[in-house]
Amino acid sequence: MTTKVKDIFETMEYGPAPESSSAANEWLDKHNQKFQLFIDGKWQTPASSKYFDSVNPSNKKFLAKISNANKKDVDKAVKAAKKALPKWVKAGPHVRARYLYAIARQIQKHSRLFAVLESMDNGKPIRETRDIDIPLVARHFYHHAGWAQLRETELKEYKEVGVVGQIIPWNFPLLMLSWKIAPALAMGNTVVLKPAEFTSITALLFAEICDQVGLPPGVVNIITGAGETGAALVEHPQVDKIAFTGSTDVGRIIRRATAGTGKKLSLELGGKSPFIVFDDADIDSVVEGVVDAIWFNQGQVCCAGSRLLVQESIAEKLYAKIKARMEKLRVGNSLDKSVDIGAIVAPVQLKTIEKLVKQGIAEGGDIWQPSWSCPQDGYFYPPTLFTDVAPSSTIAQVEIFGPVLVAMTFRTHPEAIKLANNTRYGLAASIWTENINLALEMAPKVKAGTVWINCTNVFDAASGFGGYRESGFGREGGREGLFEYVKLKADDQLTIPKNSVKKVVIKKSAYTAIPEIDRTTKLYIGGKQARPDSGYSMPVISKSGKHIGEVSLGNRKDIRNAVEAAHAAESWTAMTGHARAQVLYYIAENLAIRKSEFASRLSQMLGVAKAVAEKEVATAIERIYYYAAHADKFDGRVHHTTSRNVTLAMPEAVGVMGIVCSDHTPLLGFISSVLPAIAMGNRVVVIPSESAPLSATDLYQVFETSDVPGGVINIVTGKQDELAEVLANHDDVDGLWYFGTKEGSRKIEFAAAENMKRAWVNFGKQRDWFDKVQAEGNQFLLKATEIKNIWIPYGE
Amino acid sequence: MSHAKDNGIDIRNNGAPLDLNLLKGIRVNKSAVERRSATMGTRRSVKKEWQAAWLLKAVTMIDLTTLSGDDTPGNVIRLCAKARRPIRQDLLDNLGMSDANITVGAVCVYHNMIETAIEALEGSQIPVAAVSTGFPAGQISLDQKLEEIEKSVKAGAKEIDIVISRAHVLRGEWKELYEEVKLFRKSCGDAHMKAILETGDLTTLTNTARASVVCMMAGSDFIKTSTGKASVNATLPVSLVMVRAIREYYEATGIKVGFKPAGGIQKAKQALEWLILIKEELGDEWLTPELFRFGASSLLGDIERQLEHFVTGRYSASYRHPMA
Repeated sequence: MTTKVKDIFETMEYGPAPESSSAANEWLDKHNQKFQLFIDGKWQTPASSKYFDSVNPSNKKFLAKISNANKKDVDKAVKAAKKALPKWVKAGPHVRARYLYAIARQIQKHSRLFAVLESMDNGKPIRETRDIDIPLVARHFYHHAGWAQLRETELKEYKEVGVVGQIIPWNFPLLMLSWKIAPALAMGNTVVLKPAEFTSITALLFAEICDQVGLPPGVVNIITGAGETGAALVEHPQVDKIAFTGSTDVGRIIRRATAGTGKKLSLELGGKSPFIVFDDADIDSVVEGVVDAIWFNQGQVCCAGSRLLVQESIAEKLYAKIKARMEKLRVGNSLDKSVDIGAIVAPVQLKTIEKLVKQGIAEGGDIWQPSWSCPQDGYFYPPTLFTDVAPSSTIAQVEIFGPVLVAMTFRTHPEAIKLANNTRYGLAASIWTENINLALEMAPKVKAGTVWINCTNVFDAASGFGGYRESGFGREGGREGLFEYVKLKADDQLTIPKNSVKKVVIKKSAYTAIPEIDRTTKLYIGGKQARPDSGYSMPVISKSGKHIGEVSLGNRKDIRNAVEAAHAAESWTAMTGHARAQVLYYIAENLAIRKSEFASRLSQMLGVAKAVAEKEVATAIERIYYYAAHADKFDGRVHHTTSRNVTLAMPEAVGVMGIVCSDHTPLLGFISSVLPAIAMGNRVVVIPSESAPLSATDLYQVFETSDVPGGVINIVTGKQDELAEVLANHDDVDGLWYFGTKEGSRKIEFAAAENMKRAWVNFGKQRDWFDKVQAEGNQFLLKATEIKNIWIPYGE
Repeated sequence: MSHAKDNGIDIRNNGAPLDLNLLKGIRVNKSAVERRSATMGTRRSVKKEWQAAWLLKAVTMIDLTTLSGDDTPGNVIRLCAKARRPIRQDLLDNLGMSDANITVGAVCVYHNMIETAIEALEGSQIPVAAVSTGFPAGQISLDQKLEEIEKSVKAGAKEIDIVISRAHVLRGEWKELYEEVKLFRKSCGDAHMKAILETGDLTTLTNTARASVVCMMAGSDFIKTSTGKASVNATLPVSLVMVRAIREYYEATGIKVGFKPAGGIQKAKQALEWLILIKEELGDEWLTPELFRFGASSLLGDIERQLEHFVTGRYSASYRHPMA
């Protein structure tokens, strides 16, 4: 010992600083290194009788045998959750708040055990589980204990969804559990959760905690297993909602599997998040930001800042500093308190990283790794930097999910935005500049659910987290996250109409003896009336069977043109809410001038009484007022997060949206679905009622005289479901609302999986468009927007 | 042991021309600096033998200080005795460091106590440092400041801890600051100069970074955080900013400037955090008394207790260690 002190005195090296694993080992011993399923408040042997091993990736040592739940087990768990639901709902907000509070306390009391187990099971450094993961877990339960208490006052019109199936990834096992379970329970749902097969252990300790706090049996069920277990959960008919965090590929499978089932779905998927550095940033702090961005949790972070975009003038300087910093990073056993980077979760992930790095080299990337080498006893991978990477190379596009950073340069901030958005993903972005003007110009323009200014990978329960584009949809955390776990009470009133669209046979006598002046209704694209590409028209037959006109038969090319026109109308989104409101009021004004004409048209098409038609027009005008009013009022929040910063939760337009209108109440249905979308700054491609499209085509002139900029509203008449499918399969359409049939809804959701567009469908259920509760309000505005959280730390 | 030379330091900073453009380009993001500082002590942990060795190293870096109105030769002599033998011999024996000649880095006093200290330290090679230039406020005329330095050097101080005119920083008078410090440095002659920024007065980290660079360009051998007399003393964020400035200066000129945090560092654990900061941000070459010092009076006592705990496994009491 004594010679050692003398040697260290000279070298000033670091030594080992192991966190003890004895308490964790004792806990595993107590369970004989074998875990059953937690179903209905009891530990139950899996019906499969099968178990798999959980292994410590830092030393490849066996930790425990984990049950492999099969379909029967999943069914048992879902039934337990279903059975527990009524009592849990009835228990009320305060009781639920108390349970959540108790869970938070219990997690804090056992925080070190959780931290050590998590580090052993996942391979991430104990520093991270101890200082980041577990404190965030406790915080999430505390925060949602509050939401549980407030649900009935803050979300009056909403109720629980029911039984929620939750599938979480291996990169933040307990943290992702808390992100899923806390809001679900707070809103009155019961839960079946499946942890990732590599990392089940802390979820099982969590189950014990649920038991300790006396959570009623069945409210939380933990079933372990691999992909098939998850699939069984997704497919279970009694599950009302699926919440998934994981890869985009699996997310897509889930989206398709749940399409048309009416299951609510939230997906938090992959990312290739940009880390943008301007020449006026604090470069030394940037370097630490890079460490937090890509060498946090071995880079196995969905929102990892994995694409470094650096202004050309400082690139070489920054690269040199990053390399110097990388040289000082320490990789090793996750329980060593002096490591920065632990082990990769499993050999399969390590192989993926190695393969992609090889590909990066083959494609001409300039690779740099530190001079030291990683320990050999676990699944380690060194921090890696690729410079001079072109956007076209594989490693610049695909998510590596490892400690690999790819860097490229930009010249100006518009170019930085283009590069940042040159990806299918949109989870997070980090922007480094000391110029607040630049930062706040960049933040709204980057397609990402979370934007960190001069910081990165900062999380808090009070702030929503989730993606744009193929990074998924839905938010977790904050007020915005609650909506994933509730539904409108009014939704229960919606029903599927018994007699679906009935075919009208044209009577020969329908034609009038003296022809009226022929009117050609074209399509409305880019603010101009355009002939359909097909050159065909389709007849419009009134309810009484009379031929009353013809509309253009739009096809996929017309949709393509309409989407392009909508994209070109970008300035609409940038307009102020006030300016948009003026246009909307003007639409109401011009519609009011022609109200009798529109009423006559409705009478003509629908055969309804004059008074009914007039009421529809009057309601439509009022509805326009409603959304014009909201155009400058549906605004964001400043969240109370826990670090010194301003966290802006900003609603942004979804982008270019397709809207397939209800076939009923053709004018009011059109107005009720199009107006909220454009009020929030979206540009839309609308497929109006198929059987009664003339109210929509009559609106062309109203829009033209109301200063609606060309391309904001595009209207393509024709076969609704055919055109809807074109929209659903269009990658440049960001959102799609569909108020049609049950089968059409399924098709839309299925097709939407490809580019993860936000699909809102009615599953064939009919809305009463006259009813304000069903057809107007917050839910339309929420669906027309996405919340972006912008973190702006301050202090000089 | 590293006190090879009488003055304890064998590296000098001869300064560089004032570069105002470089100064203007300095950006410091406080929140990011704080985030890094907060994880400095959580990303690294030094335990057992490593901790003992690191703490002994810290002892050799202490500027054992007394700067009080009631200083008399009596307590200064006692302090110097402690400076020679900072750690109990039996502990050193147990640590295998009996012959390592562990002493503190320097003894730091007011001008009036220089002679007393030099006498008390005779034969030990421990340099005497004197605070100067109207320490701690620096609110006296330039002539008086230069005269004070010269007198202290003449009295035998090998290190001079000057205070800068904070007004120059607050008013953006960088050229004036540069000229002032340059004059101080000239008056120091062969004595090594530590420039005290009194970062609490400078208020912002950006001011601290800029003042650090100007003081280095003007030839400071060390930059030092604080006088220990203000309400805000050495903090990790301030230290991080100054240390990064030292790194920039080294990369630009090849000259290694030393760093001295002072005030408020009382615990062994804190000392380890600062050593980790230096090792991580500047590297092992800076982990020497030539380039790193703690300005501290009570730190040594805590280190002694921790070392005894390491040797015996029992928590120690301060009365078991000879006082200064």
